Amino acid sequence: MAEAAPLVSIRELKMHFPIHAGVFRRHVGDVKAVDGISLDIFEGETLGLVGESGCGKSTVGRATIRLYEITDGAIQIDGIDISKTPSAELREIRPKMQMIFQDPQASLNPRMTVAGIVGEPLLEHQELSPEERNERVYGLMDAVGLNRAFANRYPHEFSGGQRQRIGIARALALNPKFIVCDEPIAALDVSIQAQVVNLLEELQEQLGLTYLFISHDLSMVRHIADRVAVMYLGKIVELAPRDALYQSPAHPYTQALLSAVPEPDPGQEASRQHIILSGDVPSPSNPPRGCNFCTRCPKVMDLCREVEPPVRDLGSGRYAACHLLDQEQ
Amino acid sequence: MIGPTSDRSSRTSAAFWLHNRPIMLRFMQERREGLGARVEGSADSVSETASSVLDVKDLSTVFRTRQGDVHAVNSVSFDLKPGELLGVVGESGSGKSVTMMSLIGLLPVPPAQVNGGHVSFAGRDLLRMQEEQLRAVRGAEIGFIFQDPMTSLNPVFTVGFQLTEPLRLHMGLSKPAARARAVELLELVGISDAERRLSDYPHQFSGGMRQRVMIAIALACDPKVLIADEPTTALDVTIQAQILELVRELRQKLGMAIIWITHDLGVIAGIADRVMVMYGGQVVEQAPVAELFANPQHPYTRALLQTVPSVRGDRPDKLRVIEGQPPILFDFPNACSFQDRCRHAMDRCLKQNPPHYAIGADHLTACFWDPSTGGARDG
Repeated sequence: MAEAAPLVSIRELKMHFPIHAGVFRRHVGDVKAVDGISLDIFEGETLGLVGESGCGKSTVGRATIRLYEITDGAIQIDGIDISKTPSAELREIRPKMQMIFQDPQASLNPRMTVAGIVGEPLLEHQELSPEERNERVYGLMDAVGLNRAFANRYPHEFSGGQRQRIGIARALALNPKFIVCDEPIAALDVSIQAQVVNLLEELQEQLGLTYLFISHDLSMVRHIADRVAVMYLGKIVELAPRDALYQSPAHPYTQALLSAVPEPDPGQEASRQHIILSGDVPSPSNPPRGCNFCTRCPKVMDLCREVEPPVRDLGSGRYAACHLLDQEQ
Repeated sequence: MIGPTSDRSSRTSAAFWLHNRPIMLRFMQERREGLGARVEGSADSVSETASSVLDVKDLSTVFRTRQGDVHAVNSVSFDLKPGELLGVVGESGSGKSVTMMSLIGLLPVPPAQVNGGHVSFAGRDLLRMQEEQLRAVRGAEIGFIFQDPMTSLNPVFTVGFQLTEPLRLHMGLSKPAARARAVELLELVGISDAERRLSDYPHQFSGGMRQRVMIAIALACDPKVLIADEPTTALDVTIQAQILELVRELRQKLGMAIIWITHDLGVIAGIADRVMVMYGGQVVEQAPVAELFANPQHPYTRALLQTVPSVRGDRPDKLRVIEGQPPILFDFPNACSFQDRCRHAMDRCLKQNPPHYAIGADHLTACFWDPSTGGARDG
């Protein structure tokens, strides 16, 4: 899979939000939400993107499909550079890339029926007769497991899980190749989360979709993703194939993150060693000098406070940015 | 809580109950044995009730809405022993929060209406108390931690003010004494530079720190019982780990009883002594934590344990799912509320709400299906 050209390729992506202050709203600084990340996503795979809240993972998702004007960097989707494309041309490319949002309540227009919501992308991008469009809407509803009889109902009449299915149907309407899933299951109940994740997996198999799956739930990401990228304060600290990452995390942050997930087994939970990180994530408007993780890292060295660690290739598709890995070699 | 008409009659019955409690208990027990139904409270129920800090019997809460009555809590019974951590698990809408809020009268009346039941706490029935007396219990003897620390702290008062308020109100401390205690409390929950941070406002704290402040407020008056409603759900895993560690420490130091509401079985496995699983406003299973995870009885508990993916161990190809939706109960359940999602549903489940069966020491389940035989539990 690594031989083929990636479907999505992100290089040195930066997304800074300016801070304006004072009477004259002078530009006094930037929130460096995403600060130079590079990623490849291959066709048909799911790349999991994990990290704590505020680390910039959602910003990466939105910037990747140009929902933001990016500060710097290059994004290629299916061979087309979209990082500087004007919005009119971007619109032509949009059907290829879609998004599923976190909160199905907030991302569906309460005044539109399900048929209206799912059919709107078709209305915008394709010339279909009303009958053809209806047929397509029904087909999409079948695909995501919604009863056709509900086509004329409004979003508030559905439960959280069903609403998320409407959001998925809308994202699928234009036969996209690449879908950004921004915490699609965070707002759902445990028993419903599994239903939605299984649906996403089935659709991927049937339609050959490529996902960027953003989540803070490490156990769900382990289930759905083929490769996993771990973000901390606007940077990717580790990127590895799923099994390798969960079995032997290389970066101290990944180790701490995995150790913090409670195990649903009282016996193991009692005997397990927990790595408890002290403090909170520093502000992205004023990141620390050197390694971003140096303020909380249990294995911090003097070097970490001075020099930012480069991303190292550890072989077999694993990458991590930590000075500890220099010493081992 | 209880309407003005029913209030008087229930208060007299409460007085009757309090006076004749040992006799009544024996009477009820005999009646249960006579009926042959195996209900909660076996032979040693009298001594058990005596030693618990909180004893809830047959609590029911109904929300009167325009669409009709919603039965959110349906005869829930449980007890809490001193120093114990009782985990309450269930999906949203299963009635876990409403149960706990009904206990201490935190629900708005109307639409909520607590229909009978008994909540005995330190020899008193919380459901039949005057609002003023109840206010003296809340915050002083029963502490509450809410899910979202941002919305439960008042943004226009300093943390110091909010922390000293219960101390001055409930314990009658002077301003300097309350302040000294507040500093002590902030240090207890691991906030450094406590003296200075007292004059900070909630927005100056991070999410995890805010939750620590909430815990400090709940602990301020040395409560006997602490009710924590999803206290770590809004937090990141690394911060959640910090808070869980803090709670473990505090339990050792202070030894209060805790009710911990969550939907995360991983959290429960790590900190609870006993677990209560709720579904459709009812307790469907109750067991000590190791027993529940090793030997789950109710199909809902079993399914819940199977749907949770893990970051360690084997990774299944497909996640197990519980099909369907949790119910909204417009009637008092007269059938099993899980039957339409259950893989082991029998005819009987449609006709009768399963009673609590005792499985072993301290293990109860409300289900006709017996996982050890794969058939019905009796007859």
